[in-house]
Amino acid sequence: MRSGSQPAPQDIGTYLRAQENKSLLRFITCGSVDDGKSTLIGRLLYESKLLFDDQLAALARDSKRVGTRGGELDFALLVDGLAAEREQGITIDVAYRYFSTDKRKFIVADTPGHEQYTRNMVTGASTADLAVILIDARKGVLTQTRRHSFLVHLLGIPRVVLAVNKMDLVGYQRATFEQIHADYCDFAAGIGLTNLTAIPLSAAFGDNVLEHSANMPWYSGPTLLQHLESVPMSDELPGRPFRMPVQWVNRPNSGFRGFCGQIASGSVRAGERVRVLPSGRESEVARIVTADGELPEAIAGQSVTVLLASEIDVSRGDVLAAGDAPPQVASQFEATVVWLHEEPLLQGRAYLMKAGTRTVSATVMPIKHRINVNTLEHTAAERLELNDIGVCELELDQPIAFEPYTENRVLGAFILIDRMTNGTVGAGLIHFALRRSQNVHWQALDVNKRIRARQKRQTACVLWLTGLSGAGKSTIANRVEKKLTAEGHHTYLLDGDNVRHGLNKDLGFTAQDRVENIRRVAEVAKLMVDAGLIVLVSFISPFRAERRMARALFEPGEFFEVFVDTPLAEAERRDVKGLYRKARLGELKNFTGIDSPYETPEQPEIQIDTTSVTPEQAAERIVAELAAVGITRPA
Amino acid sequence: MPSLTHLKRLESESIHIFREVIAECVKPVMLYSIGKDSAVMLHLALKAFHPAPLPFPLLHVDTTWKFRAMYEFRDATAKRPGVELIVYINQDGVRAGIGPFAHGSQVHTDVMKTQALRQALDKYGFDAAFGGARRDEEQSRAKERVFSFRSTQHHWDPRQQRPELWALFNTRKHAGESLRVFPLSNWTELDVWQYIWQENVPIPALYLAAVRPVVKRDGMLIMVDDERMPLKPGERPMMKKVRFRTLGCYPLTGAIESEAETLPAIIEEMLQARTSERQGRVIDLDSTATMEMKKREGYF
Repeated sequence: MRSGSQPAPQDIGTYLRAQENKSLLRFITCGSVDDGKSTLIGRLLYESKLLFDDQLAALARDSKRVGTRGGELDFALLVDGLAAEREQGITIDVAYRYFSTDKRKFIVADTPGHEQYTRNMVTGASTADLAVILIDARKGVLTQTRRHSFLVHLLGIPRVVLAVNKMDLVGYQRATFEQIHADYCDFAAGIGLTNLTAIPLSAAFGDNVLEHSANMPWYSGPTLLQHLESVPMSDELPGRPFRMPVQWVNRPNSGFRGFCGQIASGSVRAGERVRVLPSGRESEVARIVTADGELPEAIAGQSVTVLLASEIDVSRGDVLAAGDAPPQVASQFEATVVWLHEEPLLQGRAYLMKAGTRTVSATVMPIKHRINVNTLEHTAAERLELNDIGVCELELDQPIAFEPYTENRVLGAFILIDRMTNGTVGAGLIHFALRRSQNVHWQALDVNKRIRARQKRQTACVLWLTGLSGAGKSTIANRVEKKLTAEGHHTYLLDGDNVRHGLNKDLGFTAQDRVENIRRVAEVAKLMVDAGLIVLVSFISPFRAERRMARALFEPGEFFEVFVDTPLAEAERRDVKGLYRKARLGELKNFTGIDSPYETPEQPEIQIDTTSVTPEQAAERIVAELAAVGITRPA
Repeated sequence: MPSLTHLKRLESESIHIFREVIAECVKPVMLYSIGKDSAVMLHLALKAFHPAPLPFPLLHVDTTWKFRAMYEFRDATAKRPGVELIVYINQDGVRAGIGPFAHGSQVHTDVMKTQALRQALDKYGFDAAFGGARRDEEQSRAKERVFSFRSTQHHWDPRQQRPELWALFNTRKHAGESLRVFPLSNWTELDVWQYIWQENVPIPALYLAAVRPVVKRDGMLIMVDDERMPLKPGERPMMKKVRFRTLGCYPLTGAIESEAETLPAIIEEMLQARTSERQGRVIDLDSTATMEMKKREGYF
């Protein structure tokens, strides 16, 4: 084990102490294919002496093997990471690069400029303090430049550098640079980008990258690196109120109850009043604890542990905030959503939403419009495809504390997670709360579900029968209802076909209409359960996510998924309504089992194999099961 | 408003990552390799949960070929308050007599490290494993997520990695799937050394120069650490003042000649260095894109 650090030589000691005060700047480079992005990053790494001999040797070797510069050093290869990508010659993912100078450490997110990878740029931009937008001096402001700039603005990156690259190829002409700068300013002002610095450079030859270029004596501004080293680094706008999402409650013993988190904005001092959201309870900061001792004050960016003066209920997902300036709390928002997945976003489908340290269920109600990132036009949309950006209304299953993204990147950002695959499918930025969510409150009623159900000698519940068309759902549901009614219970049967004649007659069979179909039926079933009824729902309901959304509306123990399991071949053989024949002939589109998938239930409460039991036996079994779990009680 | 220094920002980010895992995962573990990155990771974890003890164990996947000084250091670490250490050895590999001299670096690493790690994770049912990997180490790591998703077979698919935005980490997974979590993702080698110096983090003495017995093989200085090392005809250990930039299995870890006996001297030497730290690892030289292939198979 090392026996403590020994005194350092004078020069290295000075160096190390200077290093202690370095700041950190995270930036993103964006540009179109062939704008010289990778070359610029390679140049910065090279010039800041961050390339080692073995890496240079590997670079020289790779440049000969797969380089695009006729065997010359191809800096782009340094930043093109994965084997698959190297062979395709394109960057397909965000790569992070690190270099430092005497003043600052830099983290560079290198993001591909390729058309289909908006996703990657948004990812890299989400953590950036500054964006370097590259333009090829020969080409000027392109559609892709506009797209990158829009995304930079959308993600709230506070500072932008317009790097007009390849100046060597336009004879280092001042007029070219100034024309591009003027063109860009016109466009940038239109989208609200204001904090802008333009620099003419040549990444390939190093002009104005580190040192001023003798080729451009007309340029008197900072070089790129000078600018990156000196741009003001306040982590955020000054004077923002204190906010800290609670990450974890540290309770090593009964005498210590600390709320751990990373401060999102502002600062906090011992003795200050704080409010806990969404509950709204207040207390006072007793102590701010870290492993390095107690702090009198903690600031944005620090991970700390806060102890409060009084015992109030605080848990993960809550937000601690300045007592006199708390954030809003709401459960319905307008937000911009960037879709990150091949499977499109559908209106009405419920996703998990992680915002700060809280995860809730969020349903996209209407998609208001989609934004064309090239023209910034708004178009109507019912779904968002991969790399689409849209403005949506979101409805949460519980209220959260939030701030608009433009005011607070931590409290205004969220990701959407698919409930079934667990993939991160969307990213979002909150605009504002919808007024209806602040004003509409649930009416607390004196006569409730339990009282209504008890009167009927039953516990209210929903039996959700799912299965292929022609599986026997309605037949079984009918018999179950007859038996229950005969025993004196109160029921209602919602049948897919019948509901489509009335409540849902405006809906077709596209994926988003199916989702809406299920949502409405689930909501109706919920009201009926509230009325104390045993509700039978007989719906193909082919998608797991929709069944899960329906289930999420009910209390634990209220939802019984009944899988009426009939193999496709058997259902098609029966073809009671002649629909399979039509579907096979192409007369019916989006028919489940034929050209639209049926996703088998993973863990149904009840599974009926119709190839081995009759509908009557199936109904008897379901009724017996309801009695066994106490849904129905004998007279 | 004052702003944080770069090491404070990195430290806070790492602490945030540790806490996120403990809040959302069921059974985390820290992969402990005894090196400097593990040392920094442990130091950060202790800070993240202070004053509580570490809420997860350390797991050392032991290939049985580490430097003796590493074992001593490991056992001393295990005695620190609040630290629990699990040591796992692939007994199938031991029975088959797998070793770097007899089977070469690839087979040895695959059996005693990659397979052993998978066995250990399955045996204990860990659903999240902290690793000390940094993005600046190697090309395929530059695109690694902080939270890296692994299939039930522990495979890493670079095309199926989840987008990672802001500090909103998606920890959700199905039964049997797991996460590798890299709290040091944004640290560089220099940051690690700077932090060790600033925070007085204990590290094995092998990082500091001392006179040690070495032989030269394939252009690398290999330390003769125990009697299991077969000497070639005419080969005799030389006493040289050397140190190690990375630590692993001693037969696979090249030493560099150095006079740096103190941390500041190491940092000074590193600032002037002309080779990257992974150059001292035999396994990386075997083939191009070797790290990426190993990762796909479940190495780390």
